[in-house]
Amino acid sequence: MSKKTPELNSASSADIAFLLLSYFLMTTTMNQDSGLQRRLPPIPDENQEVQDQKVNRRNIIIVRINSADRLFAGNEPMDVSFLKDKIKEFLVNPNNDPNLPERSPKEIEGFGTYNVSKGIISLQNDRGTSYKAYIEVQNELVKAVNELRDEFAKAHFGKAYLNLDSDQQAIVREAIPQNISEAEPKDVSKN
Amino acid sequence: MAKFGNKGAKKEVPGLTTASMSDIVFMLLFFFMVTTSMRETENKVMVNLPEASEVAKLERKDLTSYINIGTPIASLQRMYGTDARIQLNDSFKSVDEIRDFIAAERDAMSEVDRQYMTVSIRADADVRMGIITDVKQELRRCSALKIMYAARKSAE
Repeated sequence: MSKKTPELNSASSADIAFLLLSYFLMTTTMNQDSGLQRRLPPIPDENQEVQDQKVNRRNIIIVRINSADRLFAGNEPMDVSFLKDKIKEFLVNPNNDPNLPERSPKEIEGFGTYNVSKGIISLQNDRGTSYKAYIEVQNELVKAVNELRDEFAKAHFGKAYLNLDSDQQAIVREAIPQNISEAEPKDVSKN
Repeated sequence: MAKFGNKGAKKEVPGLTTASMSDIVFMLLFFFMVTTSMRETENKVMVNLPEASEVAKLERKDLTSYINIGTPIASLQRMYGTDARIQLNDSFKSVDEIRDFIAAERDAMSEVDRQYMTVSIRADADVRMGIITDVKQELRRCSALKIMYAARKSAE
């Protein structure tokens, strides 16, 4: 009779695995990177003429945050909590107010024509503005656009924007563009 | 009393088998190994991200470069002061050095991925906008136009 090979004692393997497990538990960081995504405008070419910069006065709203983190929207002081509704009104222009942005019909592929607002939100800030206030305002602007997109999606597709498929999302994005322009920094010391 | 006849062999409670325990633990271990992401750079600035409710998730982590902006951590304040600084990779850098940083990050990516490169600006909530505006202008000059303002999702 051949000699039996002794069985490996596996009692300690659990301990070893626990040790490794606790190491990974400690070092792991589960935080998802999240944030507000933006696209910066390219640096304008110096030789290029600046004629297409002209935007009709009614189509632009200037949102300004000064160095004391006070917010001005369209030249009137405002609390951040009212900004969203102001922006929504600006972008929708429900009563065809001549002071609010015009809407021009645009052919959207796969949907048809839709009166797309030409409104542009111009966000200006001072060098002394705190980042926190800036993000808060940015967030409010994105929220206004997101809510409009949701309303559009509900009205035409019967679902929230996030539940649409990517083609439909593209249509919604085209119908309600997110035109937030982060203005060129101005030299405050000059004026 | 046939039932309780054999008094010599005492009935024992069977021991718990621990053989499968290691399998369970290994399963957990693999889960954490897969989901974990090691921090490759040491933070030299304190970054307390601002809160926002409309945050979007970053899709491709490997195509993202990080720019940290904030006050130096307590142990480095004696050397660098408490003014907000820019940290790229592992050291404090000036705004002008962002150009090299972006070029190096771009070189490390494959040709196809370069257009999707995102720069995540991880700035402290108390930082003034001046430094961020400088960074943004520099990024525009290097035509790294896709940026993200890193923010925490606020608990409603």
